[in-house]
Amino acid sequence: MTISEATIDSMIAQLDLPKNIMGTLKDDVMKVGVTKKELEDIIERLAASYEYACVEPCEAVGVVSAQSIGEPGTQMTMRTFHYAGVAEINVTLGLPRLIEIVDARKQPSTPMMTIALEHEYATDRDKARKLAWEIEATHIEHLADITTDLANMRLILDLHEKTLIQRALIPDEIAEKLHEELDVMVHVSDSIANQIIVTPNAPSYRELLQLAKKIHFITLKGIEGIKRVVIRKDGEEYTLYTEGSKLKEVLQIEGTDATRTHTNNIGEIFEVFGIEAARNSIIKEATDTLAEQGLTVDIRHIMLVSDIMCCDGEVKQIGRHGISGEKASVFARAAFEVTVNHLLDAGMRGDRDELNGVTENIIVGQPIKLGTGDVHLISR
Amino acid sequence: MRKFSLLDHQLIPKHEIMSEDELKSVLKEYAIEKEQLPKVKVVDPVIQEIGAQVGEVVRITRISQTAGEAFYYRLVIA
Repeated sequence: MTISEATIDSMIAQLDLPKNIMGTLKDDVMKVGVTKKELEDIIERLAASYEYACVEPCEAVGVVSAQSIGEPGTQMTMRTFHYAGVAEINVTLGLPRLIEIVDARKQPSTPMMTIALEHEYATDRDKARKLAWEIEATHIEHLADITTDLANMRLILDLHEKTLIQRALIPDEIAEKLHEELDVMVHVSDSIANQIIVTPNAPSYRELLQLAKKIHFITLKGIEGIKRVVIRKDGEEYTLYTEGSKLKEVLQIEGTDATRTHTNNIGEIFEVFGIEAARNSIIKEATDTLAEQGLTVDIRHIMLVSDIMCCDGEVKQIGRHGISGEKASVFARAAFEVTVNHLLDAGMRGDRDELNGVTENIIVGQPIKLGTGDVHLISR
Repeated sequence: MRKFSLLDHQLIPKHEIMSEDELKSVLKEYAIEKEQLPKVKVVDPVIQEIGAQVGEVVRITRISQTAGEAFYYRLVIA
């Protein structure tokens, strides 16, 4: 005699198990159909194997994680410094990228964004294209040929009509912007179409050359720092991929989907979305980097690394200036990097080492507090 | 300024401010003090959005690949 869904629910509900295990249990039990006696038996065995699978108290999970990530890491070294294109955009992959992630660099070597679009823009290629031009930084060299007219002490910009239409700009607009940024005389030529003439404030040779240099750095349209935008169709919708990352500015643009837009710059995620998002993104970036190399590392190890990096409310690197450098024990810090400096500083300050951790006890030759070594007898 | 809720973002799990009673039972369960919890800065964008104050504890409901759903607690610090 099989039991009803309600009975199963009530029997499962008070179990102290993770949600997805309970979900699988319920689904399987419903599919097969069991009696109450059988379900009790199943639950009992499930609880036993769950407990068996749990990590034991006093287990050195950090060391296990370090080895589990480190071993595949050695295989990465052999075929590293490779760049591979995602949608024609180069991104750092392999070991250099992994190092970048655990070092919590403020700026990755190849920042890149994945911009999801709102439905209306995601289904229409022209609208997506238009949005891409809103985001991609437009500089003067994209639009015009620049000639330095030494005889008349001025710069002549011959604008390409085609690119102007493509990027939805008009000469007056450009002239205005140049005037604003450079604070010099800028006027649109009356006789020749699509020509802008820039005259320096003082008619000196030096001023003119400086102006010719400076004009290249002015962002006429789009977001400064976004070097390129590529449109790609992912399944049903168009997605924008950018070289360069400016999360805050991009989210302000109408048409981008603020809930699905990502960047590979973890520092930026932390600033805009907070610590929990940074943690998630460290996990995602690290697993993606490893998976791309065909390496499978259990996600629990990466989650542990990510949690320890984010546990103080900011993204800290693993290493001398982060986790390892903030250990309480002098010996533990000295065992990692710059040994002499740590010992010298500690000696000058008269620091004490309480010998509570693993590393320092190995150094002084005592039993370590791990596993059975961490169990004490207390008499009352 | 375009307005949107940070909490809607894929990467951001649910954050909620905990009441004193809830906090007490959590601390009792783990047998720890409030200061031993992981921290989150008061200037964190999500903390600003939910309006938590220094000294309060937020409960974060993480969507976990291993556990389905997992609770995490962070103490708001200055």
